[in-house]
Amino acid sequence: MLAKKRWCSNWWIHILFILMCAAILFPFLLILAVSFSNEKDVALYGYQLIPKKIDFSAYQYLFKNPDTILRAYGVTILVTVMGTVLSVVLMSMVAYPLSKRNMVFKQGITFYIFFTMLFSGGLVPTYILNTQYLHLNNTIWIYILPSLINVWHVFLLRTFFKSIPDSIGESALLDGAGEYRIFFTMILPLSKPALATVALLGALTRWNDWFTAMLYISDDKLITLQYLLQRILLNIQLLQGMSSSGNMVPGSILSMADLPSETVRMAMAIIAIGPMLLVFPFFQKYFVKGLTIGSVKG
Amino acid sequence: MINNQKYKMKTAAPPKLNQNKWYKNKNMIQLLSMCAIPLLLLLIFNYIPMGGLVIAFKDYRFDLGILGSNWVGWKNFEFLIRSNDFTRITRNTLLLNSLFIATGTVGAVVTALMLYEVSVRLCIKIYQTILIIPYFLSWVIVGYMTYALLNPQYGFINVVLKSFGMAGIDWYSEPKYWPAILTLAYLWKNIGINCITYYAGMMGVDRSYYEAAEVDGANRFQAIWHVTLPSIRPLIIIMTILAIGNIFRADFGLFYQLTRDVGKLYSTTDVIDTYIYRTMKIGTDGLSMSAATGLLQSVVGFIMIILTNYVVNRIDSDCALF
Repeated sequence: MLAKKRWCSNWWIHILFILMCAAILFPFLLILAVSFSNEKDVALYGYQLIPKKIDFSAYQYLFKNPDTILRAYGVTILVTVMGTVLSVVLMSMVAYPLSKRNMVFKQGITFYIFFTMLFSGGLVPTYILNTQYLHLNNTIWIYILPSLINVWHVFLLRTFFKSIPDSIGESALLDGAGEYRIFFTMILPLSKPALATVALLGALTRWNDWFTAMLYISDDKLITLQYLLQRILLNIQLLQGMSSSGNMVPGSILSMADLPSETVRMAMAIIAIGPMLLVFPFFQKYFVKGLTIGSVKG
Repeated sequence: MINNQKYKMKTAAPPKLNQNKWYKNKNMIQLLSMCAIPLLLLLIFNYIPMGGLVIAFKDYRFDLGILGSNWVGWKNFEFLIRSNDFTRITRNTLLLNSLFIATGTVGAVVTALMLYEVSVRLCIKIYQTILIIPYFLSWVIVGYMTYALLNPQYGFINVVLKSFGMAGIDWYSEPKYWPAILTLAYLWKNIGINCITYYAGMMGVDRSYYEAAEVDGANRFQAIWHVTLPSIRPLIIIMTILAIGNIFRADFGLFYQLTRDVGKLYSTTDVIDTYIYRTMKIGTDGLSMSAATGLLQSVVGFIMIILTNYVVNRIDSDCALF
């Protein structure tokens, strides 16, 4: 009864939310509609929310020459999985000792970690270090190594580890177990929700990364999906199997004139967004948690 | 008897460790060795670049290296501050970020309050899921969406304008529209996730406060004003400090991908981060200038965070970051 009364009196809130959701979904629907349009209709009438006639030629074109996209997908998946797994293990390995009450040098280590949040060397010194001294440019490691430790996530994990009762580790210590054993066999399995939160946040950042590729990668074989997408927006030829030096790769059939460039661009965007939108919303509660827990003071 | 033993173990004081003899404790050595790799990574990728900032005072050349390049003192900074770019990028960064913080906070809090008033569970679930979607997208994708809307030839907005008999607007060469476009894009992408953060904070409010307010004859707006808003006050303050502390840092993706780095738009869209990137890309000549800009940004950012945190500590120490 009460719920029904509130539902009626809240109608204007629902209308506002429906308008808001429409504003959020509108650009997707537009891109989707253009990707299913006929190239000639686009040239004549511009982008339309409802295609004049449904046309799959943009997708047919993309699936005829899938090598570039598949490769970019491969690089992105590899980097996301490897980077996230390594990163979560390493961040937990520093967060766990800091969560112990009697850890030595605790304050010093905490400050050492925290200070990197307050001050940073910035883009240029990092760029020079990675390219001139570590020679990470044009290797897969540039995606993985520099971003392994996210300080914010370390503090988030530490806060969680602190909430695990000391008695769990202490009884194992009395039985003669080492800290590594306690950490891997007891603490980590108990911390699955926190690990999942940090892993998902990290995976999202890695999946959406285009800046690293733009800055450090000139080898087309190593670019990520997002960077491929960015370059296609500026230069559609990339998809046609032309390498940056301009050599035609055997197997590309269509010439530039036949290329349905406007619709192919949007189809490419849909192919890149699609899988993400199917996966991430299922984990939204972890993302929300990641934003609300964790503080430096702890 | 067994129960009694368990009880004793739980409440026993933690084994007191002699801080001077930690190196004789096997477990302490293990704990320290666990930290070793992560701390080494921070040393390499965070602390060494801080040292590399000396190139802001040098004329850096690739062939001479960081140590071999010539010292030039404050020349890079003088050059930066005298240039017209400096006022432009500082003004744009500050104004746009302030606009984002103000509209973003108000928008997210109001949306969260509205969501809190929705009582149908299914509706809450649907709205939440749709609101959070933009958070999962990269700025590249948002750049595609902006392009689909604003493309002068085919873009949706110009198509609509033309169908009403109006002339299309060449969006990518009219800087005056861009502060509004960037703010809308920022809100589009961030309002949902921030709203859900605040909403999660509101869920922690004890229901009995509302019952008490109702007994006291409060209407719904009074209940929001006196119960809901105070409950998320610390959260609002923390999120705002973080934002103000970072006011000199622009979201590079937003400014680079949406404007497609078009030179005509720089007067309203060029910010410190895009300037640093662009100056660096010039090559050897730009590197030291770019590093000087970065150093200035880091120092000012550092001061901003310390200051905002100090102010918050004075007002309400529970909300302070450290």
